[in-house]
Amino acid sequence: MRKLSLYPVGGKYGRYGGQFVPETLMAALSELEEAYERLREDPDFQKQLRYYLSEYAGRPTPLYYAENLTKKVGGAKIYLKREDLAHGGAHKINNTLGQALLAKSMGKRRVIAETGAGQHGVATAIACAALELKTEIYMGSEDMERQRLNVFRMRLLDAEVHRVESGSKTLKDSINEALRDWVTNVQTTYYLIGSVVGPHPYPVIVRDFQSVIGYELKEQITQKEGRLPDVLIACVGGGSNAMGTFYPFVDDKAVKMIGVEAAGCGIESGKHAASLYAGAEGVLHGMQTYVLQDEHGQIQTTHSISAGLDYPGVGPEHSFLKGIERAQYTVATDGEAVKAFLDLSKNEGIVPALEPSHALAYAVKIAQTMGRDQIIVVTLSGRGDKDVEVVAKYLGVKM
Amino acid sequence: MREIEKTFQNLKKRNEGALIAYVAGGDPKPEYTPDIVEALIDGGADIIELGIPFSDPVADGPTIQAATVRALNAGTTPKMVLEMVSEVKDRHRVPITVLTYYNPVFRMGLEDFFKSASRCGVDGLVVPDLPIEEARDYKRVAEAYEIDTIFLAAPSTSTERLRKIVEHTSGFLYLVSVFGVTGTRKEVQELTVNLIRKALPFTTGKIPLAVGFGISKPEHVRTIITNEADGAIVGSRFVKIIEKNRENNDEMIEEIKKCAHELKKATIRNRSSE
Repeated sequence: MRKLSLYPVGGKYGRYGGQFVPETLMAALSELEEAYERLREDPDFQKQLRYYLSEYAGRPTPLYYAENLTKKVGGAKIYLKREDLAHGGAHKINNTLGQALLAKSMGKRRVIAETGAGQHGVATAIACAALELKTEIYMGSEDMERQRLNVFRMRLLDAEVHRVESGSKTLKDSINEALRDWVTNVQTTYYLIGSVVGPHPYPVIVRDFQSVIGYELKEQITQKEGRLPDVLIACVGGGSNAMGTFYPFVDDKAVKMIGVEAAGCGIESGKHAASLYAGAEGVLHGMQTYVLQDEHGQIQTTHSISAGLDYPGVGPEHSFLKGIERAQYTVATDGEAVKAFLDLSKNEGIVPALEPSHALAYAVKIAQTMGRDQIIVVTLSGRGDKDVEVVAKYLGVKM
Repeated sequence: MREIEKTFQNLKKRNEGALIAYVAGGDPKPEYTPDIVEALIDGGADIIELGIPFSDPVADGPTIQAATVRALNAGTTPKMVLEMVSEVKDRHRVPITVLTYYNPVFRMGLEDFFKSASRCGVDGLVVPDLPIEEARDYKRVAEAYEIDTIFLAAPSTSTERLRKIVEHTSGFLYLVSVFGVTGTRKEVQELTVNLIRKALPFTTGKIPLAVGFGISKPEHVRTIITNEADGAIVGSRFVKIIEKNRENNDEMIEEIKKCAHELKKATIRNRSSE
């Protein structure tokens, strides 16, 4: 069932990916690769993972036909893959449960992770609490201010949260700090990366664990509609929910795949986070991929209303899919995302996170141009409770 | 024979180890760097390692991170650092290596980068986030421009890997002394001494062995050199002097010179052991 056509030979997807890390980490990456190669084929491990995904995380998540929205838009049928209903409120749990089980099987008792908005940090803390692993989370001080609620949530879940004061004090810097911790404590520590980014084998590990989204969706849409969708749409920051959605469909050439990045205040403003759409090839956080950088190769600071998309790089497999034109990448602005956030809340009673609101914004745009017999599936990667304050502020509403 | 190799050979004849001194190019301001490098040379540094500042230095601790921020805020670019090398090379024959993360090199393009580096007289390159597996094209272009490719080995490097890294490296082998990032440390760990012992059989007769990360005091340098390593790399110690005196150029230069001198003395092996 699992496609090996895109297994990265030598850690590469075409020319993307790889292992651009300090020598100290090379041994740890091979150890991880060996462990993962063994466990991905191991029936006991897979059984354990399935158990936690269903009994603990609440999978499978529904594929919901957004009938009201579809009628309002007038065009293609819009389905939502409800990752917002997974435990923790986002797709992040699929990956953290998988990797926490992997860490445990490798005999590592200390887990570190980076987090931007706090969603991956919370999902890591949840998985590690369930599996009795010690957790330490790196989070930019800027992000800690913006997401105080998630900081407290992580602490409730018994994770230690480290404040990162270096660089731009956001996600990119918390990854740097987690890598520095890992270089120092590599013998005892598992680094649990939150997206399909970083050095090989992380992009493949995270993609595999997130592929549960696409495999479920494929089965569900086939049951409901008797066929595959015409278009899959997902938001792309690092790109884990998009990769998990796309991967099981890569060989189904009739299914169009569209990733939506954050255009922030608009691409021309320079304040955005659209690495694939507006970046250039580079090397960051261990991988060769599209990166937002200046002419000298310095990584740029990014902007998006949604903290989860606020990252200057992107998973290497997305760069590859863009290169071979198997997937398309486009953008939605802060304003478009907020509008989609409001539309879905009002019409369907579902408050989406701001990240997938970008995907929704684009879905609405193209649904209008499509026939009523056509099908779009949007991956609703998380719920929007965490974003209510941000949206109120954006709209100038006093709560 | 290339300059770095020659330097190690001459030092060996004199029964000395090499003092390799690192500073971040452009810290605190680009116009200071040539004077700082000159002070290091006057103090006795045998090889200079000049850093190209990069926005995301994952192998560096707080001291060098802060230096990077100062240099970038002062407008330092990769080309400017290469020009600094050229300026120093006009007056001195001391080998100069450049330390940079891979993205600035990648962004400029391998061909352009090495062409500029060669024109500016750069003798070798250290790229801490470029392991040998990713270095095929890099090595090919470096060879074409006759610039040494200095690779790193770490405490976690297996002997099998160590053998491969020694094959790839030229100029010297950069041995990372500890698990961790750059920065001054109180003392040389036993791990470091064992690491030198582990590496020497692979390097002896092939390539000089220099040890870096956490080496900041004369007694550290002495420990490294008496354990038969060929060189000691000191970075954060100098960067701290720059940080402390960034408003007072004269004092900065004096202190750097003095510090380099003390460290250099520690590389001189006991004459009676000759």
